[in-house]
Amino acid sequence: MSIEINKQKCVGCGKCRDVCPGTLIALDENKRAYIKYPRDCWGCTSCLKECPVQAIRFYLGADMGGTGSRMHTLKRGELLDWIIEFPDGGITTVTVDTKESNKY
Amino acid sequence: MKTEKIRTDILIIGGGTAGCYAAVTAAENSDKNILICEKAHIKRSGCLAAGVNALNAYITEGRTPQDYVDYCMKDAAGIAREDLLLSLSERLNAVTERLEKEGLVILKDAKGKYVTRGNRNIKINGENIKPLLAGMAERQKNVRILNRVNIIDISVTGNRVNGAFGISIENDTFYVIEASAVLIATGGAAGLYRPNNPGFSRHKMWYCPFNTGAGYAMGIRHGAEMTTFEMRFIALRCKNTIAPTGTLAQGVGAKQVNALGEVYEQKYGLTTSERVYGTVNENVQGRGPCYLRTSGITEEQEQSLLKAYLNMAPSQTLHWAESGEMPSGHDVEIEGTEPYIVGGHTASGFWVDTDRATTIPGLYAAGDAAGGAPQKYVTGALAEGEIAALAMCRYLENGAAGKIPEEEIALRENEISGFLSNGDSPYTAEQLEEAMQTAMDSYAGGIGTNYRFSEKTLDEADRRIVQLQRLSDTLHAGDMQELMYIYELRERLTVCRTVIAHLKARQETRWHCFAENTDYPERDDVKWSVFVNSRFENGNTEIILRRVKTP
Ligand SMILES: Cc1cc2nc3c(=O)[nH]c(=O)nc-3n(C[C@H](O)[C@H](O)[C@H](O)COP(=O)(O)OP(=O)(O)OC[C@H]3O[C@@H](n4cnc5c(N)ncnc54)[C@H](O)[C@@H]3O)c2cc1C
Ligand code: SF4
Ligand code: SF4
Repeated sequence: MSIEINKQKCVGCGKCRDVCPGTLIALDENKRAYIKYPRDCWGCTSCLKECPVQAIRFYLGADMGGTGSRMHTLKRGELLDWIIEFPDGGITTVTVDTKESNKY
Repeated sequence: MKTEKIRTDILIIGGGTAGCYAAVTAAENSDKNILICEKAHIKRSGCLAAGVNALNAYITEGRTPQDYVDYCMKDAAGIAREDLLLSLSERLNAVTERLEKEGLVILKDAKGKYVTRGNRNIKINGENIKPLLAGMAERQKNVRILNRVNIIDISVTGNRVNGAFGISIENDTFYVIEASAVLIATGGAAGLYRPNNPGFSRHKMWYCPFNTGAGYAMGIRHGAEMTTFEMRFIALRCKNTIAPTGTLAQGVGAKQVNALGEVYEQKYGLTTSERVYGTVNENVQGRGPCYLRTSGITEEQEQSLLKAYLNMAPSQTLHWAESGEMPSGHDVEIEGTEPYIVGGHTASGFWVDTDRATTIPGLYAAGDAAGGAPQKYVTGALAEGEIAALAMCRYLENGAAGKIPEEEIALRENEISGFLSNGDSPYTAEQLEEAMQTAMDSYAGGIGTNYRFSEKTLDEADRRIVQLQRLSDTLHAGDMQELMYIYELRERLTVCRTVIAHLKARQETRWHCFAENTDYPERDDVKWSVFVNSRFENGNTEIILRRVKTP
């Protein structure tokens, strides 16, 4: 399990690096973020939720059954969209109301 | 590398759940200077990074704090401290209300009462619980926060704590921090044993992989009394994603079933360790894999589950979506994790009094770092942070300022420059970490042996860990982050030795899986209704047995 960062989209704000609980993300000489220790990712998704331009996507490692889908988030006011892109181009979105409690 | 000296009244090591709440409590109740040193960034560091699903410790209507204590004592088969449990249980509801006031979303019924899950849990949206706590700490005027400063050790001289040493992984600085009182709030220890997914996804574990047992190791090194490290915590989790199962078991009432579709949970009992043991045993008997029976849940329940997991363990929702094996149509496979040392779930940690004072004057512990009080979870960690903070404020009224001797500073600087300049080791911290996890897995009761061990295998584990400790002296660090990795490895090795000594000391099997001793497969209440405590002295772990009654 890990993340990938799209350097073309990244605007170099450094928020993902700041927030990672393992300090696994660094900025390169052009101030673009990259994951320096991909094997050490806990999969907490803090970095994706922090990124203002949706440059970070999260995926499950093949060793834990991942099949190449990627997930990112988009904040819309109090709603948080979790967008899953499948390898065949399909997309599913699950929207969570951040002001609503879990049912279970 | 430059050296910077800082003075503070209260030093909090670890800005997690207990650490942030302790800082807020001390700031609101005194005019003391408080410093939090956090190895990552307090906004999302520690156990709460992804969010939590429920508040697992709450006194629901019609129940009393004593009921909670009784439940914890029973689940721990009698090895826990009633006095500690009672003091935290009495604060669970007040800290919950405080969090709600700060913005935590808690489910309420039409009458405005919290909706409960079972007898002890309440339902929340816990995705933002850590940013919320961090914000509370950041707003205090007398709290200073140093993010990305990893504390490598405390300083103990003249029979008291005088502060700590830290390294900044951002600005090449060695920090010497003198403090009058110090709180260990570094959480528990993950990464001691070979994990479920040992390859690329090695950090997809249940417990926070960045909590490496630093606080335990600091206490052990300086001879603090530690308790119950043999009561390891093994969680029952969703296969692959290692996501929590409570939401399925308690939320939608999913039962544990084996491959034949038989419900097996009643056969083994319902304590935390019995649930894991049942699953292991069904597999051993050839009736695995085991599942939580979710098939048949409604479409609406399924949608709620997808959202609930996004609020705490997003990989499970991604797994359901990409595999197409949605929970309404497919049972969820479960497995036991590798063992962790976590004082918020079992009773391992520092031996403390009801003030959360350790046996080293001026040194306190709270949350997963503190022992004796299992099942404290988020709200218990907050309660202990509060208790410790108030006690530290009282301690400061007559305590002298901490002073770290110059010779000790020079020794530390030498140690660090040694790691930065070492040159001829063929090993890396990563290689030694894998060797440690393999040794613990094979010889100290890891997943590979279905958590079983014997005196002979423990001796072999200890031999290997001691050898790895020696090898770790010559490791080389290319930068401050690699230096942190060396210290993390060394603290894990220190914790491993204590775990091994405790496993060996308890000559019975009181908790299946947590401490499954094949030389002594039965529970022995006559001899072993005692705490196994230890103190590390002159290179040896000295075992101390203490009566279970409140001291
Ligand atoms: C995945 C997961 C899900 C959970 N879900 C729930 C739930 O739904 N409900 C519930 O009630 N409980 C839940 N728990 C339990 C609960 O979250 C923990 O018991 C509690 O948060 C522990 O608090 P703590 O302060 O001891 O540790 P943490 O909050 O982890 O804080 C420890 C802090 O210390 C820092 N640190 C560590 N070492 C050093 C060092 N050397 N120098 C400086 N800083 C350091 C870490 O970065 C971290 O910020 C869950 C735990 C986990 C891991
Ligand atoms: S998912 Fe979490 S652990 Fe992984 S890189 Fe992002 S912030 Fe760090
Ligand atoms: S948060 Fe996004 S934009 Fe900012 S540095 Fe990280 S990847 Fe780049």
